[in-house]
Amino acid sequence: MTRMFGQPIPRVEDDRMVRGHGGYLDDLGHDALACAFVRSPHAHAEIVDIDVTGALDVDGLVAIYTYEDLPDRLADPLPLLIPHPALTEGRTQYALARERVNHVGEPVVMVVAQDRYVAEDAAERILVSYRSLPAVVGIEAARAATQLVHPDVPGNIAANMLQTVGDVDAALAAAPHILELDLSIERSASTPMEGRGVLARWDPESHRLRLWSSTQTSTGVRAAVASKLGLALVDVDVITPDVGGGFGVKIMHPWPEEVLVPWAARQLGRPVKFVEDRREHFISSAHERAQLHHVRVGFDRDGVILGLDVRFWHDHGAYIPYGIIVPMITSTQLLGPYKPGAYRVEFDSLYTNTLIVTPYRGAGRPQGVFVMERTMDAIAATLDLDRTVVRERNFIQPDEMPYDHGLLFQDDRPLIYDSGDYPTLLDKLKKLVGWDEFEAFREAARAEGRRVGIGLGCYVEGTGVGPYEGAHVVVEPSGKVKVATGLTTQGQGHQTVFAQIVADELGVPLSDIEVVTGDTRRFGYAVGTFASRAAVMSGSAIALAARAARAKALKVAADALEANPDDLDIVDGIVRVAGVPGAEISLGTLAVLANPLRYAFDDAAKAATQFAVGDTSKPPVGEDDEPGIEGRDYFSPMQSTFASGMHAVVVETDPDTAEIKILRYCVVHDCGPLINPRIVEGQIHGGVAQGVGGALYERMAYDEAGQLQNASFMDFLMPYVSEVPERIEIDHLETPSPLNPLGIKGAGEAGVIPGAAAFASAIEDAEGITITAMPISPSELFELRRRHEERSSP
Amino acid sequence: MKPPPFGYSRPESVADALATLARLGPDGKVLAGGQSLLPILSMRLAAPHHLVDINRLSELGYVRVEGGDVRVGALARHAQVLADLPARAAQPLLGKALRLVAHATIRNRGTTVGSIVHADPSGEMTAVLALLGGTVRVATTAGERDVPARDFFVGPLESAVQPGELAVSATFPVLPPRAGTAFVEVARRNGDYAVCGVGALVELDADGAVSSARTAYLSVSPTPLVLDLTDAIGSEPDFAAAAVAAREQVEPEPDIHASADYRRHLAGVLTERALREAHAEALERSGRD
Ligand SMILES: Cc1cc2nc3c(=O)[nH]c(=O)nc-3n(C[C@H](O)[C@H](O)[C@H](O)COP(=O)(O)OP(=O)(O)OC[C@H]3O[C@@H](n4cnc5c(N)ncnc54)[C@H](O)[C@@H]3O)c2cc1C
Repeated sequence: MTRMFGQPIPRVEDDRMVRGHGGYLDDLGHDALACAFVRSPHAHAEIVDIDVTGALDVDGLVAIYTYEDLPDRLADPLPLLIPHPALTEGRTQYALARERVNHVGEPVVMVVAQDRYVAEDAAERILVSYRSLPAVVGIEAARAATQLVHPDVPGNIAANMLQTVGDVDAALAAAPHILELDLSIERSASTPMEGRGVLARWDPESHRLRLWSSTQTSTGVRAAVASKLGLALVDVDVITPDVGGGFGVKIMHPWPEEVLVPWAARQLGRPVKFVEDRREHFISSAHERAQLHHVRVGFDRDGVILGLDVRFWHDHGAYIPYGIIVPMITSTQLLGPYKPGAYRVEFDSLYTNTLIVTPYRGAGRPQGVFVMERTMDAIAATLDLDRTVVRERNFIQPDEMPYDHGLLFQDDRPLIYDSGDYPTLLDKLKKLVGWDEFEAFREAARAEGRRVGIGLGCYVEGTGVGPYEGAHVVVEPSGKVKVATGLTTQGQGHQTVFAQIVADELGVPLSDIEVVTGDTRRFGYAVGTFASRAAVMSGSAIALAARAARAKALKVAADALEANPDDLDIVDGIVRVAGVPGAEISLGTLAVLANPLRYAFDDAAKAATQFAVGDTSKPPVGEDDEPGIEGRDYFSPMQSTFASGMHAVVVETDPDTAEIKILRYCVVHDCGPLINPRIVEGQIHGGVAQGVGGALYERMAYDEAGQLQNASFMDFLMPYVSEVPERIEIDHLETPSPLNPLGIKGAGEAGVIPGAAAFASAIEDAEGITITAMPISPSELFELRRRHEERSSP
Repeated sequence: MKPPPFGYSRPESVADALATLARLGPDGKVLAGGQSLLPILSMRLAAPHHLVDINRLSELGYVRVEGGDVRVGALARHAQVLADLPARAAQPLLGKALRLVAHATIRNRGTTVGSIVHADPSGEMTAVLALLGGTVRVATTAGERDVPARDFFVGPLESAVQPGELAVSATFPVLPPRAGTAFVEVARRNGDYAVCGVGALVELDADGAVSSARTAYLSVSPTPLVLDLTDAIGSEPDFAAAAVAAREQVEPEPDIHASADYRRHLAGVLTERALREAHAEALERSGRD
């Protein structure tokens, strides 16, 4: 049997998806009531009055709820999911606004009606009067703190965190060169094609709740909803249907709607569904990325960094339910493949009257990498060195692995890189993009009046963060293998890669394996899908569970075939004794034999009744044994495993219109051994597309009043396929991780991480103008050029 | 994002449609391809009482070259006009501009006449109608009237079509001899409304000198702006001088995608590009390249 691990097989889920046979949240619950929300039109205001009378005679209206209607636990603020000692002023929102609203889009009134049309008609007739307050918008305003988002949070500062390694002040004082840089990144967002959605059915007879949510964590939603509704965990099922993308935003939970919908379903005794529309997604889900950084770096005459001092400010919006994960990641992952000498990093996480911030693919890394790579380019410019040379001189070397940075990572565990080979990656990248030949290309282009530039960005990404995942593998009497893991799937191709792992471990054909994810009925212990962790965490757990099932199968087979388990092998679902032709038994038969039965309900079962099998001198199921061919296991590593990569981009900027065109985009990538190269490349393609968006197109255009001016796909410029390079050139390096049974590292977020850094580098190279802020539009490039000319012509 | 309640009629003939519109008066609203109207309804930016769906009026689904005009019926989709070779041969600017209107899926439903009635100053076909000096034929139960382009665009998203009226067709004069056209624009993404766009029509006299140079602009004015740059370009063709003249005459507004200065700058750059291209085509068509 060929090993399935490493095969670029097509995804088993594609046929269903491409034919339109996927089942997404809104494909479910056609009998359900719909809801709509009256959302705050103000960024900051007191609620004076809510008058629902105008809505009461709308035909088809079922219920209207405000904060006053919520029972005890639901009336408390929503949970602060990830507490941290540095997060001293954590504030979270109420499921429905109580007295105040803190961002445009905050839910104030919930309307339940026979369908969404009617719900919106009623919502439109509800009059909420507000006394508006001055809004805090943007990092500058938050820092100035002349207005406060929460009156009891001084300085708008939710958290301040500082980490240091070595004596930075001494290192900078002694450094032959010092540079200071101010660098900023604007807001963007995950913007999955399918927004949020939740459907709840309450069974009044059994007092059980069944909930479907378009989420990245069904077990997290279950725990949160059970807690808010005062239900036992076993009385709540959470099922994740097909999910039309997540990219991070759907790891946030519980959303207000996620607790209100099941509560309303219980109140009303009828199924209730909420399906978010696009405008709601823009103003009431979550954003990410906005940060401002001040860097002081000291380096020697060769460009080797001696000390790095980074102070930054993170805009987390009106509330901070997901804690300070994003700035913590920036502050640690900023270091990338480099040794910073002495390092100090300090950030403030600031309240503003804008939408909340939770991790979006890359989660703080695109900002960190932008800061570090801009710094590398600035050092190269100062010393007139090639940009790759400065990077090489600062790399952690392969023989220094594992490399301990002396910092704490996002999971509060030491930041120790497990493996990686950065010099080889850079060599591969230089070859792939033709770095050393670029000057000739630039000259040729210049002769035609064209302006081109090349840039690069390097990153290291902690993937496969804990605490754990688990898996269950069971062989059915039919010989089919059913696999369940608790984390969810939102398009990554888990059904395929997890089946590839099981196929090898258990010796069964891929077509006999079925994988279920994100269904608490099948597997109740799980964390969720984020931080490029699914393959590492569930993949490893599945491998371990499959090994346990295999061991059980071989034990039963050894008995049945009267052979030594060491002489057995499983190929194509059949256990054979080495060297004894004909001595074989199928996994399905073993599953029957392993389950001694009293009742013969079909022919297969007849073979396993207590009269047919077993040694009457022993109990039918041995003392240390269990019925069935099953394996259940968990994987919980000491720490994250660190993937890495480098991107290079070649751009052309139009000397007249300032339009920015991508000529080439090259990626070298190391996520350890590839389970399925085709899927990894797909992940990279999608990530690069989002990187292009973040670098050249996307921003959240808030005005001073806190109104999001581009809350639609007409004005929020997510790139079309026509804006993404037609060909993304990819090369892999496969450095195994010592931290898990498969040696793998995560690949989900990688593609997006160095986008802004690489584009800034390339545009700067083409233009000869320093780039300190991303994203950049043609209009902004035009203004930069104009200011540059004004400065250079006195 | 669901529309408020509305009434709906789907007449089977133009006469039927006109009668329905007359009966409804200010309460009626024509629904053509729906590519602009439906988003407006779904975002509850408008709440017309009654939609009159004209998609069954197949008698208006034509594109014809007649006399000196290309005449486009109200149910001709952008895609249909774009694919009409005789029309594009008679007035090449139609094809050049339509390529830049939205994306294929939207062109498959959106109508050219609908986009003109919608009177978006960022719409390519509004600029084309204005540049070429076309007309729109508007009908009521009482009869028809032809409204010239210069009277048709009243304000941003406001045309001369009154409640109760149906625009039945638009005409675009065919390209004169010894003339050339071009349409260039800068959009943030492929198929987006342009940050700035310029259509150009250059005519030469028998000696090959420029006798007329006119340009029309997208997204720099409340209604389609047409400039006569004949004097600025001179007979020698001085494209750069024409660009300067254009830059001075546009009065763009800033928005989240572009500063006013950038738009003004683009108006100059694109004027020069469009005029060069149109001039080269005019020379070629006069057998003088
Ligand atoms: C994503 C997207 C991108 C787009 N990009 C562009 C672009 O780059 N350039 C561009 O020009 N357009 C663009 N459009 C708009 C597109 O061209 C529309 O189809 C067009 O503007 C309107 O045509 P319609 O047939 O869809 O009209 P509808 O949406 O049906 O109607 C628009 C308005 O015109 C009125 N109307 C329509 N037909 C008549 C008639 N015969 N008589 C009287 N009133 C009438 C309607 O009552 C309504 O007020 C875009 C649209 C979308 C959705």
